[in-house]
Formats: sequence, structure tokens, C-alpha cells
Amino acid sequence: MTLDGKCPSGPIETAWDRHRFNMKLVNPSNRRKYNVLVVGTGLAGAACAATLGELGFNVQAFCYQDSARRAHSIAAQGGINAAKNYQNDGDSVHRLFYDTVKGGDYRSRERNVHRLAQISVNIIDQAVAQGVPFAREYGGLLDNRSFGGAQVARTFYARGQTGQQLLLGAYSALSRQVHAGTVKLHTRTEMLDLVVIDGRARGIITRNLATGELESWVGDAVVLATGGYGNVFFLSTNAMGCNVTATYKAYKKGALFANPCYTQIHPTCIPVSGGYQSKLTLMSESLRNDGRVWVPKSAADATKDPSTLPEDQRDYYLERRYPSFGNLVPRDVASRNAKTVCDEGRGVGHEVDGQRRAVYLDFRDAIQRVGKSTIEARYGNLFHMYTKITGENPYESPMRIYPAIHYTMGGLWVDYNLMSNIEGLFVLGEANFSDHGANRLGASALMQGLADGYFVAPPTISDYLARVGWGSTVTAEHEGFKAAKGEANERIQKLLSIKGKRPVDSFHRELGNVMWDKCGMSRTKEGLEEALKRIPEIRAEFWENVNVPGENKGVNQSLERAGRVADFLEFGELMCLDALERAESCGGHFREESQTEDGEALRDDVNYCHTAAWEFKGVETAPTLHKEALTFDYVKLTQRSYK
Amino acid sequence: MKITLNVWRQSSPEAAGSFVKYDVDGVSADMSMLEMLDVLNDRLESKGEAPIAFDHDCREGICGSCGFMINGVAHGPEKEITVCQTHMRSFKDGDELTLEPWRAMAFPVMRDLMVDRSAFDRIIQAGGYVSVRTGSAPEANATPVMKEHADMAFEAAACIGCGACVAACPNAAAMLFTSAKVSHLGLLPQGEPERDKRAIDMVAQMDKEGFGHCSNHGECEAVCPKGISVNFIARMNRDLLKATLRSSR
Repeated sequence: MTLDGKCPSGPIETAWDRHRFNMKLVNPSNRRKYNVLVVGTGLAGAACAATLGELGFNVQAFCYQDSARRAHSIAAQGGINAAKNYQNDGDSVHRLFYDTVKGGDYRSRERNVHRLAQISVNIIDQAVAQGVPFAREYGGLLDNRSFGGAQVARTFYARGQTGQQLLLGAYSALSRQVHAGTVKLHTRTEMLDLVVIDGRARGIITRNLATGELESWVGDAVVLATGGYGNVFFLSTNAMGCNVTATYKAYKKGALFANPCYTQIHPTCIPVSGGYQSKLTLMSESLRNDGRVWVPKSAADATKDPSTLPEDQRDYYLERRYPSFGNLVPRDVASRNAKTVCDEGRGVGHEVDGQRRAVYLDFRDAIQRVGKSTIEARYGNLFHMYTKITGENPYESPMRIYPAIHYTMGGLWVDYNLMSNIEGLFVLGEANFSDHGANRLGASALMQGLADGYFVAPPTISDYLARVGWGSTVTAEHEGFKAAKGEANERIQKLLSIKGKRPVDSFHRELGNVMWDKCGMSRTKEGLEEALKRIPEIRAEFWENVNVPGENKGVNQSLERAGRVADFLEFGELMCLDALERAESCGGHFREESQTEDGEALRDDVNYCHTAAWEFKGVETAPTLHKEALTFDYVKLTQRSYK
Repeated sequence: MKITLNVWRQSSPEAAGSFVKYDVDGVSADMSMLEMLDVLNDRLESKGEAPIAFDHDCREGICGSCGFMINGVAHGPEKEITVCQTHMRSFKDGDELTLEPWRAMAFPVMRDLMVDRSAFDRIIQAGGYVSVRTGSAPEANATPVMKEHADMAFEAAACIGCGACVAACPNAAAMLFTSAKVSHLGLLPQGEPERDKRAIDMVAQMDKEGFGHCSNHGECEAVCPKGISVNFIARMNRDLLKATLRSSR
């Protein structure tokens, strides 16, 4: 299989405009003859469904939550980037493009990223017109801040709730179309399979989470905007329901899965406090602007009250190793260093499973320097959240933090039109692999989700529909739908029939531990090979010994979780395989075998300057690897350095 | 710690429900309320019993999925947080807690602590938006907005749609929820052209769903995890009055 990204040629600055002109249009009076299925109602899904509805297409939108407003886009705190240059500090479309390609450690497609930077300005206009209450200056104009080490202030924000406000904007646009009758919304409805007929995505199979009913939906195109797969680690900053099922099922139906090993770790999360922990909570990394990161010099001091440790017994390891960037080194560097000091036995805080996995983030010096009231004004809400969760007061004793899985850059392979290798299957937002390369910059996830949903997918989907035409004879009675529905039902019955001894979550936790140990912040050949041996064993025990109580009637949350965990138990293997195959370090993927003398990530552009896209060949059979070469005409490849 | 729970168990919307008592030992003060329920559910599942159903997702207090009554108080004893952020250190060893779903005619119980809040979605669909097509937006800085208005709009827009306001209200009114959206958009120049119609349509839908009316108890504000002020209800009432007078002219 040759992977063709279908990127327009010619100058990059005009590529998207030229491409748009070359796309086919659907006559307004014919649009209602087409059905489009949109799965997921986060930023990308809600924006896409609303926009297609406004254009006059018939849209069916699906989400597993009880309301479209609850998708996990809502939890994004920091902000959204846009190349408006309102601060007159030298920002431009080209600079945002350049920063994003570099930040992704040169593992993304130049032309996709350039389009993203171009569209970023339209997103802000759209959101403001919807009534998104961004922060403003006293003159009434929009405020910006610098975020994630960027040298320009291009981030728009709504306090620490930017994701919430943008999602509610997209949800309001979606609600308007529901009212207008162009979008039909199906909440508490989970996609269980993709139906492919004659090489085209023609529909989905869903389960109604309130009644248990399986249903078939026929469409002229299918859009997956189902988010990332961070919950393969069990503990992550994702919502509890986030899962890989929709994209993984599409992979099993022939869609290629690209770069599954690219995951992002966020350095400032509240550490695990016990074996019962269900999720991890992110604290904005702006805390590192004033907090100093340290651990005791000696492992023997790990349990001592930190305030009693004198200065010469503390190791401010980031300041020591990276004198010029200090505590503000990028996310991946800060995370790996925290792991290193904890592996040395110098971690602090609660002991869980025999290990202390936390480092101090200390505001003592900042409070002495600028005063408690200033620190309170800057971080009051974060300190409040920390106190609520831990019961400790960070004004008096240092915070404890540890890295956690936060975002996944990998996803289904798509071309420039956001269409996968299956005709008619479009993949948007975190669910695709396209724009962030091996590492996503802060405040860029919201930008990409909305760019895909409002501005990229609607014209490319229209183009596809115009080319295939309407009036297909495929119905839910087609053999393809009957077979997929039958398989989905069979699997549910099997899960319910095992009645073993272990609850669903215990398998998820076990898988998560393996993934975190062997395929987390740093990875080795030996570790990954061990994981590849261990995961099929856990999977085998799951199918023999899981206990899913109840039946497939009415609400059954155990059954919902069991189906998702079953898919994670296959997907985890694919992730480890991809991490093993990519023997270089890049962005969030750190292979211990590939590092500089200083212990920094070392890329191998000769052998790995490509996207790795995997083709499913069977659960117990190795998938086939396809490579899409990456070329860089506008950005020069360099090695990162933060010394 | 050992905690005794009286949990409302109801197997389906049609079934009659009742309280069932569970003793949960080995509870850590660092657990959240929902993690304590996870532990109990793991034990129930291992025995092949149906776990307690409850809505939850982000577990950081922003998605609005979770919520139930703890000893008669929506989201429990702590101010301005949801049940997912309520930690067991708020209780002490030997405490007995009664967990009950939101009670309101417009929020029918689906199972155990889980209710159907789709009425909220229909209120938003009736007018909780600015009618602006994708692509038709003017330049973002073309319309300055007074910072005070933008900040107040944000306060209203912070609503997470959890339904605690309805559950706490003796009249099961959805006035705080509806007024938050009416105020958020009504405070901004972008929302001005549809301000009258929005207030009329959203309030009409609220009535149609079977929610009660505000009689100034203020319970909604007291339990709101985002601290949304009842002043927005007064603001909506003013908007509605003006809109009604203008529309009948």
C-alpha cells in the first residue's frame, strides 16, 4: 500500500486556498439528500456536526455521555493559540507554523500544520461571535498570554476554563442545528463498530447505553471525532469514559493507525495517593514559572518533613542540569527527570506499591520574594484545587507533583483532507494523527480540534460527497450491517457469559501498570518486548476470568467498561510494537538507547523521518507497517537543546 | 475509616426503588467520594452483584456529569465542589451517609443514582445560542466588550449543567441554570439581537419540561459547584418582562 497524503503542491502559503478552489461542491438543494454520521461531540465533532447542519446536510451525531456538552474537551485549562499578532510581538502564521513543526520534533506534515496556523485566526473570530467570554483588557479588546515557553503571547484564554467555554460555544452551535432539525442528536449512545461496504465507510453499529439496544445507522460518510487513547494507561488526565473503541474498531476494519506510540506526559499532576486512585488531576504548568522543583539529595531524607531540610540537603535538579531554562524546560524533559530522581529512590510523598513517586514543587522562595498575596493572585485557584484534593496547604508546605499521561498525538492515519485510507471515513481532532508530530505544544489541542471541525472537514466532506453522488441503495438490511451487528451482539453475550472472579477494572489497572512501566515516559527494547509478552497473557485471562454482572438490558456500566477494556487490551500491544519499531527518540517518545551524552532525546532522521502507519492483520497476527516519508521544504531540522 | 452507606437502588426507570445499606471499610481520607464507590462496586462486581450506577466522567469538577444527594445536600457538605471532588476526609470514621439521586419530575431516575437530564439540553436548544454560521463571524476585535461585562458573562457561563440547582430547589426550578445562559449571552453585544426572543423561548421550554418556579429560597446558589449567583435569576426575570412587553406591543 502506498500512502498518499494528497497534499497540494506549489507554495505552502496558498496551498489550502488553491485546494479549496479545486474541490467539488454540492448544490444547496441536493445537500439534504446526504446523510453524514458524526461520532463524538467534543470540539471537533460538535463543530463539524453543527457546520454540516448549517450547510444543509442531514447529520446524525452520537456521544456516549448524557449530553453533548460533557465531552472531555471541556477540561482543557490553559488556552487556544492563534496567530493574530494582537500583541504586536512579532507573531505570524509562519511563526506559529514553524513553532508547531519544531515543537512536534519534525514528525508532522508541513502542509497540514501550515493550514492549521492559517485557520487559527478564523477560530477566534468564530468563537467570539458565538459569545465565548475570552479574557479582555480594560479597553475591551482581547487579552493574550504566553504559554508553554512560547516567545510570543498568542494564547487566548477564559480564566483556567478555556476548553469549557470553547466547547460550550460549539455545543450551542450544535444545539441551534438540533432545533433547526438538520442535526439529530443521540446521547448515551456508543459506537461499537464501523461498517465498510465495497471499500467505503457506509455506517456504524451503536449500543444505546440506556436500553442496551443495538442499532445500525447508514450514512454517505462517517466522521470519527472520538478523542485520544490515554486511558490505555488506566491512570491519566482523561475522563473516565474516554476510550479507543471507535478508532480501534475502524483499524480492525482496515483503517491504518498512525504513530500510536506518540503520547504526551504532563509534568505537573497531583501524584497517586493509593491503589484505589481512579484518575489523575492536572495542575496548570504555569506553576513552574514560580515554583522550584526539588527532591532530597539523600534517599534517607525522603520521608522527612520538607521544611526541616536545609538548603544544602536539597537537590534542585532541573536548575542544576539545565541552568538556562531551569524549572521551565519542556514538558517531556521535566517529566523524564522527575522519573529519574524517583527511580533513584529520592521520590517523596505517599508510598504506593513500595515506591514514592512524587517531587516537590516549592513556592517558599517565590512567596518570600513577591509576597503571599501576589502568589495567591497568580495561582489562587490552583492552590485551592490542590488543597481540596490533598488536604494540604501549599502556601506552607511544598506541593508534590508527578507526571501523568495527558494527550495522545498518534491516531488514525488521514490524508490532507482528513480522510483515512478507507473512502468516506473522516477522522478529526485528537482521534487523528495529523498535526502535532511527536509532541503537541501547549494550547494547540483546542486549536486543532476546532480547525478540523469548523473549517477543514466540512469542505473536504462536501467534496467527497459531491464525487460519490447520492441515491445509494445500501440500507441497514445489507449483509455488511447484519454481520457487524451480529458480531457486536456476540461479543456482548460472550462478555456477559464468562462470570469469572475478577472485576473489569482490575484488568484495566493491570494493563495500565504494564503500559506505564514499559511504554511510558521512557522505553527500552527489553521493556517493550516484555510488555509484548505480558499483554496477551492479561488479555487471555480477561476473556476467561472477568466478571461482568447483569445482562444487556437497561443501564449496565460494567458491560460498557468491559467492552472498552477489551479493546485497550488489544490496542496496548499495537502501541508497544510501534514504540519498539521506532528505535529513535523524538518528542514524547523516548528510547533510552537513543540519547545524547547529556541524556537528551536523540532523533534519527536518516531512518525514522516518517509516519508509521499500521495495518491490522488479526488479533494474534503481527500488523503490517506502512511508512509515509516526511519531507521538510520550509523548516530546517535541528536538534533541540535546553542547556 | 469505616463508612456506612444507605444507597438508593432502583433497577430501571419503571421499577420501585429502595435504600440498601452497605458497610465500606478500609476507606482512606485521600479517596474521593466516587473512588470510595468504585471500591464498593469492585467488591459487588467480584460477587457478581450489580454495581451502583452513577453518572461521572472527568472527575475534576468541570464536565457536570456527576451529582447526587449526600445526606440531603446536593454534591455533599463542601462548598463549591462536585461529588467527584468531595474527598472522604470531609467525613469521619463511623459516619453514616445517605446517597440519593436528584429528585425532580423533569429529571426521571434511570437507575440508582443516575437521572435523565436531557431537559437541560432542550432548554438550550430552544435558544441558548447566538445565531452565527461558521465562516460568517466578523474580526474578533472589531467589537470591544467592556471588561466588567465580559467578566460577568464569564461568571454566568461557568455553569456546568449538573442539575444540583434543580435538586436543591423546593420547587425543582431550573431558574438558575436557565438564567445563567440567558445572562451570559444577554450581557455580550454578540447576544443582543436575539436577547428578547432568547429569554422568552428558553423560559417557555423550561416551563414545558415541568420545572417549577423560583420563590427566592436561594438553595440553588448554596449548592452550585461553580458558585453562580441568584442575581442572574433576577436579571432573567427583568429580561423576560421587558421582552414580553416589547413583543406584545
